[in-house]
Amino acid sequence: MSSTSIEKPVHKSAWQGSLKLVNVTRARNFAWLHVTEARVRNMMKWWGSIAAFGLGNPVLYLFSVGIGIGALVDKNGSASQLGGVSYLTFLAPALLASAAIQAFQDETSFPVMEGFLWDKNFFAMNSTPITARDIVNGVMASAMFRTLVTVAIYEGVLLAFGAITFDVVLPMFLSAIFAGAAFGAVMMAATTFVKEDDGFFAIVGRFIIAPMMMFSGTFYPLESMPGYLQWVGWISPLWHGTDLGRTISYGSPQQGWVTISHWIYLALWLVVGLNLAYRQAAKRLAA
Amino acid sequence: MIVARGLTKVYGEFTAVDGIDFEVRKGEAFGLLGPNGAGKSTTMKMIASVSKRTGGELTILGLDPNKRGPEIRAHLGVVPQQDNLDRELKVHENLFSYGRFFGLSRKFLKGKVEELLEFAQLTEKRNSKAEELSGGMKRRLTIARGLVNEPEILMLDEPTTGLDPQARHILWDRLFRLKEQGVTLVITTHYMDEAEQLCDRLIVMDKGKIMAEGSPADLIKRYASKEVLEVRFGSSKNIEIAEKISHLGHRTEVLPDRILIYSENGEEDLQAILKMGLEPVTSLVRRSSLEDVFLRLTGRTLVE
Repeated sequence: MSSTSIEKPVHKSAWQGSLKLVNVTRARNFAWLHVTEARVRNMMKWWGSIAAFGLGNPVLYLFSVGIGIGALVDKNGSASQLGGVSYLTFLAPALLASAAIQAFQDETSFPVMEGFLWDKNFFAMNSTPITARDIVNGVMASAMFRTLVTVAIYEGVLLAFGAITFDVVLPMFLSAIFAGAAFGAVMMAATTFVKEDDGFFAIVGRFIIAPMMMFSGTFYPLESMPGYLQWVGWISPLWHGTDLGRTISYGSPQQGWVTISHWIYLALWLVVGLNLAYRQAAKRLAA
Repeated sequence: MIVARGLTKVYGEFTAVDGIDFEVRKGEAFGLLGPNGAGKSTTMKMIASVSKRTGGELTILGLDPNKRGPEIRAHLGVVPQQDNLDRELKVHENLFSYGRFFGLSRKFLKGKVEELLEFAQLTEKRNSKAEELSGGMKRRLTIARGLVNEPEILMLDEPTTGLDPQARHILWDRLFRLKEQGVTLVITTHYMDEAEQLCDRLIVMDKGKIMAEGSPADLIKRYASKEVLEVRFGSSKNIEIAEKISHLGHRTEVLPDRILIYSENGEEDLQAILKMGLEPVTSLVRRSSLEDVFLRLTGRTLVE
């Protein structure tokens, strides 16, 4: 009698265990970047529509408003009120800043809703060495990435239309991105507070984004609005970003301190937004 | 691996976990058993180092989770009660993406992902989006995801709730293999059969406190008899008849729909009942289970 032993072949690589496998220092040092990587991987699922939107939006705006309405405005000799430039040149910095804000808004609000409510994948991230702060920073960085691409495309179109000159491309790039980041940080903070998906985006769209577009000196100078409405512009990061862009683009007769106050105001939004988001995200993940 | 002393979690006025003590040893499958709201999930979140304790002591792998959460989490595998997969990503991308959060290299993950797909029997589904998977497949993917860092401790919160019997058995088999590999398992469940199948040792929790601790066999020996005779006389007669037969067995328990008689020999007691001229609508003699332990400890059934 011979005994046979049945042994299954083992294909698996040896189990090392996380104590050997995971380099905690490395995981921690690049934690926010790993969140960004994950976000960008997700974004790539939509790269077609992101690119189409990034290119289509400026082209449509420039043809319809910039050239269409512009022809009317310029014919009426309004250049003096627009700082001595054509309507297209006047409009370009506003469109650029609003595109940056739009891109940042998309990438700071939807992913946060997804992360806390729809898919709850922030909770999955948080069960790894990733912290709430890493998530906020990582999402901001991925929004920045998307906005860089969007603004670069936009500037290309603006250049092609002759709405900006080549020498202001870089400074305008920076000011638009900064305005976007300032708005994005606050948008993210606001979204971290949303506990139920009951029309949050509709409210934001109708009561924040739409009025901001209308009353931030986007399509006409803020000063030409009645005084009792100008405050909307003053609090709106879009106006601050737009005014910065205009100063850079064609040097509207602005005093130095106004320019500096734009930067400071936007920086304040960024800092307050981020810190609120850090705190609230940590609270929700620990609940 | 895990030591808890007087572990407490208070939310405002509500005490979810009320000063519990336990230890989990390396390579052990440890269960937290109890009905919904017993404090199991809260305890799990504290062990998972995401929710901070408000009192007592807790160390995991020798570290304090309130201070060194991210470091501890690097060595845990977490399977939450609710699958939180990335629905937009494909099955294999879910595993890869999660592995990156541990800072694991792309090269390592390439091989690891294939291995995990095989383990979870999802190789054929590797290119499906996570949202297209069935409930059982999602669960297996979530478990596979929790293994990507080869964790020292794998934590499973209600791993088979909502699964059909076949899917449950596949899962149990996978978990059993992990245990054989030396992975420490911490499992919550309100299914008694699951706890008996998987756990070496468990604590029974109710209202934030530990009611009993031991191996499943131990607990059954301590808190229940060898056999249980279940008889049904119809809901209107159960109470009345229970009094007549209360001398049988060690103890009787009257539930709305049936009478339980805890005894050493259920068949003998059934004969005794029949001799008394009583005719139950249905009768069943079975082995005692953790369900009976829980009933004894809390006076309530687990799934209400």
